[in-house]
Amino acid sequence: MAKVKGAIVVDTERCKGCELCVISCPTQVIAMSRKVNSKGYHYAYMENPDACNGCTNCAIVCPDGVITVYRKKIVTTEI
Amino acid sequence: MAELDLKDIIAEENVVYKKTKVLTDKPMHYCPGCGHSTLHRIIAEVIEEMGIQEKTIGIAPVGCAVFMYDYIDVDSQEAAHGRAPALATAIKRLLPDRYVFTYQGDGDLAAIGTAETIHACNRGENITMFFVNNGIYGMTGGQMAPTTLEGMRTSTTPYGRDYHLMGHPIKMTDLVAQLPGTYYVTRQAVHTPNYVRKTKKAVRKAFEYQALGKGVSFVEVVSNCNSGWKMPPVQAVKWLDENMLPYYPLGDIKVPQD
Repeated sequence: MAKVKGAIVVDTERCKGCELCVISCPTQVIAMSRKVNSKGYHYAYMENPDACNGCTNCAIVCPDGVITVYRKKIVTTEI
Repeated sequence: MAELDLKDIIAEENVVYKKTKVLTDKPMHYCPGCGHSTLHRIIAEVIEEMGIQEKTIGIAPVGCAVFMYDYIDVDSQEAAHGRAPALATAIKRLLPDRYVFTYQGDGDLAAIGTAETIHACNRGENITMFFVNNGIYGMTGGQMAPTTLEGMRTSTTPYGRDYHLMGHPIKMTDLVAQLPGTYYVTRQAVHTPNYVRKTKKAVRKAFEYQALGKGVSFVEVVSNCNSGWKMPPVQAVKWLDENMLPYYPLGDIKVPQD
């Protein structure tokens, strides 16, 4: 059975912390960091990376285009 | 199954989405969660997908999007307040093989530039117009715009817009759809992933129809203005859903018949 795993990389310096990615993620992967970037914004990060399936919802709703999405199909031979 | 490390997923060959190269690396000056930045990104992505970066000319408005030429890496021209359709007319007539688009807000297109908008649409110029409607004058401090909803509080209508005194909100998109010069007229939004996907298709169509030379393609984007509405982005998106969309329903208003 094939399984799809995803991951995101956030450009933390450009993130403005609007949280639109947090509410648009269907698997609740993203949360806002307690740390801030040099402009003082709390930036988005993957709080729950195992649940990410690389659907790109967060990236296409991000106003500033700071999210890069990666997706890999994993084929497992085990039953 | 062996647990997959994040390092294995984050590799160049697995990229499914990254920022387009047509957008410059300059950080945008818009407020967090602003719909302007999303529309900039969508336009840049469509320009990249269609491979028309060298052949596109953008007209920047006066308003929040005044620095559009800094962010979208195409030839651009700055227009006087509200006069973007007039400038686009001139550029398109002199260089008919280029893709010319104007990008305007509601203060620019629906207030000071109403005459230019109506007449450019009536003449049927072969240009694409993007109209960002957030129901407020965002840049100057949240004053009432012609598109402000009834009862909406702004800095010049602190008790809410009263139609006895200030009139009704104007639906520019429905207005220009009546004119014979427009070829494709649609209203979209950019605050959820679904709407962004639909808007991207509309933007692509608007550029493609321009190549046919049959008239104005007009795309309205209902957007949020978090600072002007005095709300955090997540709350503004909810408010937009509940209040703006019933008055400005989304969808195609005029689609080509042939």
